Amino acid sequence: MSRVEFWQGNTACAEGALAAGCRFFGGYPITPSTEIAEHMARSLPKAGGVFVQMEDEIGGIASVIGASWAGKRAMTATSGPGFSLMMENIGFALMTETPCVIVNIQRGGPSTGQPTMAGQGDMLQCRYGSHGDISPIALVPASVEEMYSLTVHAFNLADIYRVPVFIMADEIIGHMRERIEVPDKVQLSERKPVIDPTHPFRAGCDLIPGFPTFGKGYAVHVTGLTHDDRGYPCTTNPEMHEKLVTRLFNKVESVRDEISLFETINTDSKVVFISYGAPARAVEQMLHDHPEAQIGHLRLKTVWPFGERCLSQFPNAEVFLFPELNLGQISREIERHTRIPVISIPKIGGNLHLPQELWEITERYL
Amino acid sequence: MSGDDWLRKDRLPHIWCAGCGNGTVVNCTLAAVDEIGWQRANTVFVSGIGCSSRAPGYVLTDSLHTTHGRAIAFATGVKLADPSLNVVVITGDGDLAAIGGNHFIHACRRNIDLTVICMNNQIYGMTGGQGSPTTPMGKLSTTTPFGSVEPAFDLTELAKAAGANYVARWTGFHVKELTKAIFSGLSTKGLAFIEVLVQCPTNYGRRNKYRSVTDQIDYMKTHSVLKQKADRLREEGNELPEDTIILGEIVKRSLPAMGVRK
Repeated sequence: MSRVEFWQGNTACAEGALAAGCRFFGGYPITPSTEIAEHMARSLPKAGGVFVQMEDEIGGIASVIGASWAGKRAMTATSGPGFSLMMENIGFALMTETPCVIVNIQRGGPSTGQPTMAGQGDMLQCRYGSHGDISPIALVPASVEEMYSLTVHAFNLADIYRVPVFIMADEIIGHMRERIEVPDKVQLSERKPVIDPTHPFRAGCDLIPGFPTFGKGYAVHVTGLTHDDRGYPCTTNPEMHEKLVTRLFNKVESVRDEISLFETINTDSKVVFISYGAPARAVEQMLHDHPEAQIGHLRLKTVWPFGERCLSQFPNAEVFLFPELNLGQISREIERHTRIPVISIPKIGGNLHLPQELWEITERYL
Repeated sequence: MSGDDWLRKDRLPHIWCAGCGNGTVVNCTLAAVDEIGWQRANTVFVSGIGCSSRAPGYVLTDSLHTTHGRAIAFATGVKLADPSLNVVVITGDGDLAAIGGNHFIHACRRNIDLTVICMNNQIYGMTGGQGSPTTPMGKLSTTTPFGSVEPAFDLTELAKAAGANYVARWTGFHVKELTKAIFSGLSTKGLAFIEVLVQCPTNYGRRNKYRSVTDQIDYMKTHSVLKQKADRLREEGNELPEDTIILGEIVKRSLPAMGVRK
């Protein structure tokens, strides 16, 4: 069963979080993400949860990590400048394996840039922005429906893999309104139980330790320092550091094909578009306008970790065309995984690629 | 139980230097949490970065050793998400008053139900003795080689002005008074802030002509005045020397608080 709504993307994101059992939101207002905070401020108290507007985004993500250790599904939402401020504590969440969801409704950067215009300029920052070798998960919705369903999925991934999960949406997807079928019930995962309380950070062959929630008697010590399986600081032992950071990296990278979600159209095509987020809508319109051309389309829903298996879905591909609302951030990543030419179609300034514009480029390769 | 039962003994010996005042504060804190009857299972210690912030790692409870300056923001999340937990923040002068100053002010304004204990050694000890916001004017550090030219922060006045329900200052010499003040802080509904002046022989005392650990303790002892006495002296028209350390309960009140267990 489901019901039909006509929602803004940011509303769908907040509703998805509530459906996923998110009961803590800590954040700071910033355009174009603020509707998520406002929706949570109205809804969380009624659902028995907590909304707190912190003094800045650093405090926002810090409170979210604290709430997660206290056992709550917790999230924050922000945009470029706030995202930059969160980087240090995002690294803390990765090092301490704290499940949480961070929504970035991307706007034009760098700096204060274009607060009310769309961009996808933070796609590499979410992957590499915090210092050290890290591997977070980033999902990219391209519709209001996905703002809901991928937010639910993000909470599940965060709990399963014990990592921060990013929703890397953009101003267009965050602010547009669409019809959405809202399910009555969503599927929820749980955090793994602790196997050995004396070694709470010991992981099995899946590389993921159980979660020792605060207040349950585990007396767990959680630190951003390099630590051993007991959670105790161990900062000058090279083997210990290598073992820990490699595990944190591999627990996500080794299952990237499982985590990687994507959609394909016309898989036997020679000319294939790759897209994620708002530009996918322009590609879809162009495909709709030119069905005779049988153009291929790979739409990424998961950008990080990048599962290269998605590229082999197009065995006849001779060229990948990749429109992004940045100067080609993920195009470069695709180039690392294929010998087929990847043509970046960058666009910054806040406007989406026009379908006609994409068609004119496509014609050169047909 | 006794205070000793709260120690995470398999992590000893600790990393603090010989003569450091931080251990005294841990001792007084654990005596107070034991006396008030808190249980280890629902007590959480949170800290940031610095010498002081290593303290939660030596306490046998859930403990969160976070990023520099952000302990109170993390603790806010823990406490609001589960008000049944007793949450104590242990911090230092650099962690709390420099990089974490904004979180400190806003936690006092919210009057969130935390106990914040600041081990104020007036120096960045862990990184080798750089000046902090509480380094007194004229004192030497590696980044104030000609003497600090900035006025020092009065953290208790800051907490009072920002709205904390309980504010006190003691030194590591006054262990009984400090233990009582921490007990009062733990009993407070709302934000309790206890500043403890502690000696740092390695990085503060050594550069500022305190030849031994006891020299610095003697200094704190002889230059401190109880708040009541200081108030009386001022009322009588006396001017107190600039380096006077005011001790005791600075504020005790019952303003509305956040995150209090129902």
